Amino acid sequence: MASALVGGSVVGTIWRPIRQTWRRLTSMRTALILLFLLAVAAVPGSLLPQRPLNPDKTTSYIKTHGALGHFLNRIGAFDVFGSVWFAAIYLLLFISLVGCLIPRIRLHFKAVARKPLPAPRHLNKLPESGSFVTAVTPAEYATVARRTLGRRWRVVTRTEESGAVTLSAEKGYSRETGNLLFHVALLVALVLILIGHLYAYQGTRIILQGADQGFCNTVSQYDNWQPGRFAAEGKISPAPFCVDEMSKFIATYTSEGEASQFQANIVYRRTVDSAPEKGVITVNHPLRLEGDRVYLIGHGFAPEVTITMPDGSVRHDVEAFVPEDATTFLSDGAFKQAGPAGANKDVGVSGFFAPTPQTTGNVVTSIAPQANHPILGINVYEGDLNYQGLPQSVYSLDTSKMKELGQANLAVGETRSFKNGVSVRFDGWVPWASLQVSHDPSQGYLLFAALAMVLGLLGSLGVRRRRLWLRLTPSSDTTGPSPTVVAVGGLARSDSGNFSSEFSALIERLEAAGQPAGIVPVKE
Amino acid sequence: MAGINGSMAHLSDSIFTTSIAVYALAMVAYTAEYAFGRRGRIADTAVLAAPARELVGAGGTVLTKDTPSDIPSVVEIDPTTGKRSFADRAGWLAVALTVFGALLHTGSIAVRAIAVDAVPWSNMYEFASVAGLVGVVAFLGVLWKAPSIRHLGSFILLPVVLMMFLAGTVLYSKAQPLVPALQSYWLAIHVTLVSIAEGALMTSAVLTALYLVKVRHDRLSGKPGYVPGRVGTLASRLPAADVLDKTAYRIVAFAFPLYTVAIICGSIWAEAAWGRYWGWDPKETWAFIVWVIYACYLHARATAGFKGKGAAWVNLAGFGAITFNFLVVNIVVSGLHSYAGLS
Ligand code: HEM
Repeated sequence: MASALVGGSVVGTIWRPIRQTWRRLTSMRTALILLFLLAVAAVPGSLLPQRPLNPDKTTSYIKTHGALGHFLNRIGAFDVFGSVWFAAIYLLLFISLVGCLIPRIRLHFKAVARKPLPAPRHLNKLPESGSFVTAVTPAEYATVARRTLGRRWRVVTRTEESGAVTLSAEKGYSRETGNLLFHVALLVALVLILIGHLYAYQGTRIILQGADQGFCNTVSQYDNWQPGRFAAEGKISPAPFCVDEMSKFIATYTSEGEASQFQANIVYRRTVDSAPEKGVITVNHPLRLEGDRVYLIGHGFAPEVTITMPDGSVRHDVEAFVPEDATTFLSDGAFKQAGPAGANKDVGVSGFFAPTPQTTGNVVTSIAPQANHPILGINVYEGDLNYQGLPQSVYSLDTSKMKELGQANLAVGETRSFKNGVSVRFDGWVPWASLQVSHDPSQGYLLFAALAMVLGLLGSLGVRRRRLWLRLTPSSDTTGPSPTVVAVGGLARSDSGNFSSEFSALIERLEAAGQPAGIVPVKE
Repeated sequence: MAGINGSMAHLSDSIFTTSIAVYALAMVAYTAEYAFGRRGRIADTAVLAAPARELVGAGGTVLTKDTPSDIPSVVEIDPTTGKRSFADRAGWLAVALTVFGALLHTGSIAVRAIAVDAVPWSNMYEFASVAGLVGVVAFLGVLWKAPSIRHLGSFILLPVVLMMFLAGTVLYSKAQPLVPALQSYWLAIHVTLVSIAEGALMTSAVLTALYLVKVRHDRLSGKPGYVPGRVGTLASRLPAADVLDKTAYRIVAFAFPLYTVAIICGSIWAEAAWGRYWGWDPKETWAFIVWVIYACYLHARATAGFKGKGAAWVNLAGFGAITFNFLVVNIVVSGLHSYAGLS
């Protein structure tokens, strides 16, 4: 006995604080505060540049803001939604939600199984009450009232010691069901989002119009690759598909030069071994494959040139140029042709492409995004293209170990010769498109969870919880035409709707149902 | 896509301007009802003191009350003449003007739709116009159920007229065809739902602000030596605090699921257009913030200590976030959603 007491108190000293913390964490007040914190914590995520969305802007922001910038950087303000404190808030919210849902689900099961409560002694003390007399006996009226209330109400009939018959009616259980569904679906959605983040990947690849430009869904073939934590290199799933060719890229514009539609016609294989199929990708309509989606996210022009090298050899080259201006599509890029190793006879061409050129004096710009007698402006260099032997951007030229041979603005078909036997001919252009491959294994399920949330919300906010009690007592005037007095009381257990008017409509219906045709209702 | 029909766009602009003018007139009428409806207020005070049906008003005229609560009645009949009072007629005129303004407003949006051959809410001007219309319609809807709040019309129309004025001047953009990323029926669904939900939430915010005024008035007027100031005079004519609070809640209960569906539709659209359903773009981040704040509001109403005034402030914070999302995020913070159409 004594030892049990000691044991109990030891357990008590350990348990009590834990239980108290748990209770506090799962209280409504904590949930409220955590929710509010979540909203507040998201604010800097929209006002400060965020590294995952905009790395360049972030870097320059930190530079221009000195100490403040570094401080913000250290506390993760430039990656709010990946920061520890944001994670801490939603993790606590998650735990709080689990902790508050488990007992609520248990209680709700009990409430659904339980019969509606017996009628309180004084029905007229309820928020809504009223009474009327009826021409039938209490037992008969009990049946009538049940039928009148219909299936929406769960009704229990009881007989009190005094002999009075009472009806307890309740409806709106699905309000709590809906609320629980909403919160559970929310939990499920959070888990699915997490799974999605861990296993998702995104790769982008520029593809020129024409044959032999395709790629397969393999990490090494992407220009840019962003894997989730568990979608590590090489573990691309399901089976890799291939985009073999972009047979045609179509851009349509209105007469004012506004873009109206972009479309990439492609040839692809669902798996490496399957037969080639034709497909169309437009801006709002990605190609949907099993597990992967292929999006059209950008486009531009790839000029084609023929370069004559100092040793007389002739090279053909086509390179994607990057649009510098989203409305005129004035684009920049470079061509690189290596000569014999170490001979300092590489040729580099950096330049711009003006799809609809406008020349003012010596300056060429573009005034529209469609190709209409385009001009290729070039600066031609000879020397060592990559003296450091490092990976380089394909869109720009490192001219520090090269000397300039000259410059020119070429129309399609024009050739310009420079010193040392170098010449460049502008042969034409092809469009290119930038395709993004996205994989997120959970998003389909997430949509279902989201729909379940909405369904739950509709129940939670739309259903009205009501309690109603009827007490049927024999009238003191047993010989009269109205042998039964019906007292009715009602209670609204939720704020939705206007219970006062609902109640008066209900009591009217109940009264009318108790009047057999021909008997004039007698009011009290 | 067809081009832009210039004359239709022009017509739409003219109707838009006219509807602002009609709303402004309606505001004048609401204000007149408010200003000249003083007898009703005296009757109210009297009702609280003596719950009789026939009352002797200040001027010795007998006033009839048909609502035995402290909600001001709608029909004030002057029994000496048997006619409706001036205030009452002003009130009905105001409602008629509001309905007329709303019809014109609808017309301007419809004509714009024909002009651009698409749903006409792809930039801030068009969105503000639609949200304003929803606010007015929401008010008319509430009025249908609860005529006692009629004299509050100015409070609803004031933000609408301001917003429309802003839309027609600062935020205005010419009718334009949609850029490819906006050519999706999800856009139509998403933006329609957002503007309906936000229009409704605006009405809820106005009622909540009035609720706070009323609560303060109720607290102060119970004290000895209370002299009603300008706000007090206003507050005494407001419906009961409880009525304002419940109506504001019911509007949120309607708008919150709608806003939820709107965000889901937005995500579906983003998935199709940008390759991900959610990317913490500034616009998306603020949609999230707004959603969480209204979830806070719903919880606050169920939490002891936050019920009533606490929850009311959360509701106002929610509308503050909506306003921020609409004005600041569109104009100052840019992102993928930079559909503002300003240049
Ligand atoms: C993660 C974020 C959460 C969101 C977005 C959310 C949202 C909601 C919504 C929309 C309602 C409906 C309110 C109404 O019926 O008027 C609700 C009700 C409720 N929530 Fe949450 N909730 C969250 C977290 C939590 C947590 C952590 C708890 C537990 C501590 C909780 C407990 C409740 C309870 C008890 C109700 C019922 C209130 C009532 O019926 O009046 N919720 N919640």
